Amino acid sequence: MVANKTAERPLTAKPVVSERASSGTGNLALDARDVHVFYGDFEAVKGISLPVHEKEITALIGPSGCGKSTLLRCFNRMNDVVSGVRIEGQILYKGQDIYASQVDPVAVRRRIGMVFQKANPFPKSIYKNVAWGAKINGFKGDMDALVEKSLRQAALWDEVKDKLHQSGLSLSGGQQQRLCIARTLAIEPDVILMDEPASALDPIATSKIEELMLELKENYTIVVVTHNMQQAARVSDRTALLWLGELVEYNDTQTIFTNPSQQKTEDYITGRHG
Amino acid sequence: MIPETNTNFNPRLAARQRLGNIWQGVFLSSTIIALIFLIVLMLNIINSAFGLVVLENSIAPSELSEQPLESLDKAALVDILIDNISRNAGRKLERDQRFFADSLAFEGQDKWDEVCLRDEPPSGCSGAARSTSDVLVLVYERVVEQQVIETYPLWQSLTQGNEIRAQVAEEFPTATVEFWSWLDRNFITSPMSSDASLAGVRTAILGSLWVIVLTIIIAFPIGVGAAIYLQEYATDSVLSRIIQTNIDNLAGVPSILYGMLGLAIFARTLGYFTSGQFLGVGAENGRTIISAALTMSLLILPLIIINAQEALRAVPNSLRNAAYGVGATRWQMIWSHVLPYAMPGILTGTILAVSRAIGETAPLLVVGAATFLTSDPTGLFSKFTVMPIQIFNWTSRPQAEFRNIAAAAILVLLIILLTLNTTAVLLRNRFSSRR
Ligand SMILES: Nc1ncnc2c1ncn2[C@@H]1O[C@H](COP(=O)(O)OP(=O)(O)OP(=O)(O)O)[C@@H](O)[C@H]1O
Ligand SMILES: [Mg+2]
Repeated sequence: MVANKTAERPLTAKPVVSERASSGTGNLALDARDVHVFYGDFEAVKGISLPVHEKEITALIGPSGCGKSTLLRCFNRMNDVVSGVRIEGQILYKGQDIYASQVDPVAVRRRIGMVFQKANPFPKSIYKNVAWGAKINGFKGDMDALVEKSLRQAALWDEVKDKLHQSGLSLSGGQQQRLCIARTLAIEPDVILMDEPASALDPIATSKIEELMLELKENYTIVVVTHNMQQAARVSDRTALLWLGELVEYNDTQTIFTNPSQQKTEDYITGRHG
Repeated sequence: MIPETNTNFNPRLAARQRLGNIWQGVFLSSTIIALIFLIVLMLNIINSAFGLVVLENSIAPSELSEQPLESLDKAALVDILIDNISRNAGRKLERDQRFFADSLAFEGQDKWDEVCLRDEPPSGCSGAARSTSDVLVLVYERVVEQQVIETYPLWQSLTQGNEIRAQVAEEFPTATVEFWSWLDRNFITSPMSSDASLAGVRTAILGSLWVIVLTIIIAFPIGVGAAIYLQEYATDSVLSRIIQTNIDNLAGVPSILYGMLGLAIFARTLGYFTSGQFLGVGAENGRTIISAALTMSLLILPLIIINAQEALRAVPNSLRNAAYGVGATRWQMIWSHVLPYAMPGILTGTILAVSRAIGETAPLLVVGAATFLTSDPTGLFSKFTVMPIQIFNWTSRPQAEFRNIAAAAILVLLIILLTLNTTAVLLRNRFSSRR
């Protein structure tokens, strides 16, 4: 049966990007156009075009090492700070190419926040972890309120409200990850890029994060990398499958999980590959 | 004993454990050898810094007065001086600093008034009178004229004290034997003297402190700044690699070459500035504190840069990413996160470099440290001497007592080093605990 299907659908097909996924109804928050990323001579992302819709959750899935994190980092120019990286193509944010020469990457990162794959709180107090980004970006409101709001949003407030001045590193791995999320929320970005935000969390914290994402969707655009198929299915509006640096299929999540047009996609989501 | 049942493996556990134990023993003996060296060094210094001395007086204090000299008042002490030193020597002392505020001891009133009306009156005309303890010192120096005729190291003094006393009583019937610590308060507060029992290290300590503090002020910001640039800003290019290689090599250049460089550039070429002449003050040539500090800065700059770079390199990239991720500029990232994280390492490197600078002798000899200086340094443009040079000078003298005070000076140097290091370590720990 499996062999049959493989025969019907060639593995090396052109990426299938559905009409709806690429045009969609809402506005585009981000639009990657033929993006290539090279680490030295190694091409980690091989010409991916991926429109990201406003106020939606877009999930990037794919086996380990396929370039999900690399692509995600392109969206807020975090790859700029890696030495030996070369990026080709365009990424439009509100119609403006963020790689254009006059664009300041600092401004890009302030609008497009990021939660990293490994929790990396600052070696400072919990309070400062949340407040620092807002402070350097000239936040003018009530800092205490902002810190509380961000920590509440990240479902961390109850656990840390009595020890705001302890080091962020004294928290558990999962708490640290939520602290990083709170830190990103505190700068109130337009887009939040999340690289496996729940990989170190227990099921309860994970579901809190997922609820949080659904809540944030009201105001923010989210791009999330995940290895957890159920999570992608539960929270995302659209899903893209990457494979060895290429985009295999991009469609709305419903379609990807119920009626994928690519053999690889079906194999991957049912667990027959990576 | 858990037997190995899998025939594919032959763990030879006993042999592996034995090899491990042998290496552990090797490392332990290395540690012990290093410790022995250190202990021998310390014992050697302590051995010379304390011990019995044989003293002989020109006139015994008991011949001068029935009571001990220490209990006499100033007038009685001055009387002893009047009886025992020449009138001329007494006048000279009085012109330097008078004995009584209201009367004269050696000079006639008429002559005194005349001397004080001259264009450049001696300091005795205006200054305060000598204190009783000053006069007591004078009595000891000029009348009792205590001389060290023999010294014994600590070990010998402790083990053969009685033999030494017996032998001395036989050979020098008038001499006394005392146990001396060459390191005492007088030693630290007295300036240089050609008499070992009167000489002290005050001038050298002040010289060392001036030079070191200035060196830190100059070298630390420049070194850390260069390290930040090389590590955080410079892109990997041929030029930056050449610079890096050069810095690494400079750290290995013999220190005497830095001395020659310092002499040529700071003391000679820039002599007009380093002597302070451009301000109209200071020394006649560029062999001054500021030249020494600049030379020392040159010497330790590569060390500070390399150590600071190492510390910056150890800052995890995830921390940099975290800062960039919330929209920080490169400078905000460095200032708020990278530098605090790296500061303990930077300070450790700086401590090592500064410790080295405190002990350096050769470059400062070349730059022109004075080996016999009695006036304290007062500013950037003073002539100077430093502790290691004082020690070097004393150890090369033929008289045995100078080796004793050299040992005492080494102890002082070690204490200074220890204090500086402790301060720096405390500072470093404060930074670490703030992480
Ligand atoms: N800094 C780097 N230098 C060189 N190669 C890199 C670098 N970062 C990633 N790569 C390579 O790029 C490819 C994609 O890496 P990336 O981290 O994007 O994978 P990923 O899809 O996020 O994997 P995972 O799910 O394991 O996180 C990998 O083959 C990796 O070896
Ligand atoms: Mg990844």
